[in-house]
Amino acid sequence: MKRLFTLLSVLVIASMALAACGQKPTEAPAPATEAPATEAPATEAPTEPAMVEKGTIKIATQSPLSGGQSSLGVDIKNGAQLALEQLAGPLTEMGFKVELAPYDDQANPDTGVANAKQIVADPAVLCLVGHLNSGVMIPSSEEYHNAGLAAVSPANTNPKVTDRGYLEVNRIVGRDDVQGVVGAEYANSLGVKSVFIIHDKTAYGQGVAEFFKKRAEELGITVAGFEGTEEKANFDPLVTSILASNPDMVYFGGIYDQAGVLFKQAREKGYQGTFMGPDGMDSSVLAEIAGEALVSGGGMVYSTVSGPASVYPGTAKFVEDFKAKFGADPQPFAAQAYDAMAICLKAIEDAAMAKGGEMPTREEVAKAIRALKDFPGITGTYTFNDIGDVTSAKYFVIKVVSADPAKWGENEVVQTLDIAPPSK
Amino acid sequence: MQRFLKSIQLRELLRPLGQMIAFSLGSSAVLSLIIIILALILDQTAVGASTMARFKVSLFSYTIVNLPQVLIDGLTLGFVYAAIALGYTMVYGVLEFINFAHSEIFAIGAFVGVEILIALKGREILSTEMSVGNAYWWLILALLAGMAAAGLAAVVVERLAYRPLRGAPRLVPLISAIGVSFFLQDAIRLIESITTGQFHRIIPTFGNFDQRLTFGSMPLGAGSISLGVQIKSLIVIIAAVVMLIGLNYLVNATKVGKAIRAVAQDRATASLMGIDVNHIIALTFLIGGMLGGAAGVLYALKFTRIDPFVGFFPGLKAFTAAVLGGIGNLTGALLGGIVLGLLETFAGTFMSIFTMGAAGAEYKDIFAFSILILVLIFRPHGLMGENVGQKA
Repeated sequence: MKRLFTLLSVLVIASMALAACGQKPTEAPAPATEAPATEAPATEAPTEPAMVEKGTIKIATQSPLSGGQSSLGVDIKNGAQLALEQLAGPLTEMGFKVELAPYDDQANPDTGVANAKQIVADPAVLCLVGHLNSGVMIPSSEEYHNAGLAAVSPANTNPKVTDRGYLEVNRIVGRDDVQGVVGAEYANSLGVKSVFIIHDKTAYGQGVAEFFKKRAEELGITVAGFEGTEEKANFDPLVTSILASNPDMVYFGGIYDQAGVLFKQAREKGYQGTFMGPDGMDSSVLAEIAGEALVSGGGMVYSTVSGPASVYPGTAKFVEDFKAKFGADPQPFAAQAYDAMAICLKAIEDAAMAKGGEMPTREEVAKAIRALKDFPGITGTYTFNDIGDVTSAKYFVIKVVSADPAKWGENEVVQTLDIAPPSK
Repeated sequence: MQRFLKSIQLRELLRPLGQMIAFSLGSSAVLSLIIIILALILDQTAVGASTMARFKVSLFSYTIVNLPQVLIDGLTLGFVYAAIALGYTMVYGVLEFINFAHSEIFAIGAFVGVEILIALKGREILSTEMSVGNAYWWLILALLAGMAAAGLAAVVVERLAYRPLRGAPRLVPLISAIGVSFFLQDAIRLIESITTGQFHRIIPTFGNFDQRLTFGSMPLGAGSISLGVQIKSLIVIIAAVVMLIGLNYLVNATKVGKAIRAVAQDRATASLMGIDVNHIIALTFLIGGMLGGAAGVLYALKFTRIDPFVGFFPGLKAFTAAVLGGIGNLTGALLGGIVLGLLETFAGTFMSIFTMGAAGAEYKDIFAFSILILVLIFRPHGLMGENVGQKA
């Protein structure tokens, strides 16, 4: 009996360990509470003859509304919601009812795909704004592609998002293969001779870390280490390795919630160099976690595709409206989410116009997005190329100036570049 | 006073202390020896050459220079695991079932402690400038609150989810425990989302806990490695040692402890001898829960960030430690915790360099769990399972 029990406990551990390898435990995927989810009453289906109302158009958002990355994810939803409220006028005048359907992808690919299946099953959804994480966007967009549903991403930077060449997948931000290069070149301009690279093993984090590494090696910077980790708390072993090779810079390819803990622990153990990361670092929560570690020693810089609101001339009113409605400064990507929603609305409007005011199909909306020429958003003027990248994207390098999370918005832009996506 | 002092059994205070020192030194020595021999062997191969190229030192001196820091980190982690493992092992001792909800009891302790500190920081009672003495008092307060909340939660879970199933086949309470574990995770999520709207909480910076005491440095290639220990690591170790000694004294030298041991040996007979079995089992959960809660607060102090799933991995590893040491055996849980903490830190630090970067720190858990399986194959009752008949 005892032996049987031992065997059983081993099995239990093994299965739990296996489960743990994949992802941290998550609850069953569920749309956010305010989402009217999948119920699309048949009477409102687009094929029905139009009376006074021509039907409901839903625009879905997917971003992490819960969990460690929710401070960015919630503001993506809020930015999109603000755009919907302010810019849906033309469609309402044409007789459509326009609704937001926000979903919580929990920064988890499985949840994102499950939500995507629900979203495409709802015929009223004509466009999607999302996601925050490339690792969630890539598998979810396979569902959007199969269903012909257009998606405009306000934040996904992994090259693979658009490199598959899907008609439905667009983004209004830059790419990691450029962002990694921008980071490495800035490091070189700081006089960095050696760098220890760590990534979070996601499509986004590892992707940008690899582009950084490639360019750093070309520039003659020694790569003292290249490690992936899913650890969220105990970085002691990794910090020991970092200190042993004593690099000028530690580059973390990943998101702030993990990076903050690593940076703090590295500083506490006496690391004095510079920290650097990609746009996943861009959240005031990083300062909340790491505090002084960001400004002591060599400080911290990050590259990003989304500059602070002040660098975009068009965002002043947006910041004001956002604060009035949600009571806080917008996090990065909220303004991009606003533009992504604006692009969805404009494309639906164009497609409906071309049809003489009838409900457009998903395919017509997807084509209308690509047909936009110099769309004036608040964060830039957007024209999409044939794979869904914008023809010219902005890249920034930003230096953290204060350990106080409330002063995150004052971080100094040390470099601004306009770069076209690399041609194949 | 004289009588009180006489009634304290000094032996029961010194014995666990001696055991802890022996286990720490013993496991450190054994693992260090293994790693040094490995380093000497690998020095002759391509691995040594690549270390030479990267750090301008031999693999042997790289290993030696990094060893003290690894031992300190490993022992800190080991004592956290040991404090959690005791909760698993005590419950197993009396009920012969594994309380999988213990990892969430740990999380409850962590959340209560951290939320109290955050609230104090919000009222500006805590700051980085405050006097060190006060900082310690507040930390102890948070620790006690975490212990109380976790202990209470453990008792409630026992009463509601386990006691009604006491006569049922062994698998039934196990499933109930897994259910409670998920329930508590989501309960924490729910409460946090209603009250604060955030799931990940960060322990505020106050006092001098983040400072590092340095003892000098050792040269390594062109640079040097400073040797030191953070004050918070010392706090974790000292708090864990005090709790473990206290627990050992309670179980082995008091009347209540005798009752616990009696219930563990034979519930029916203990009941015939006038011991209130339900009372003793609830007490066991209370003690195990309090230890888990304290470990939660210490874990948050050491590693900064907690979320509702924070208990999952430490809980799993502490359970591993309990099985490694021999589940049901208090001394075994202590040894298992120390060994596992050291193993994990050793693997995380040296695997990358020993495999020339092919398998990095990310594989440390695989390594640690492989050891567990190996130990169970050769010693199915764990390291100390059979030799010591004493059960909690």
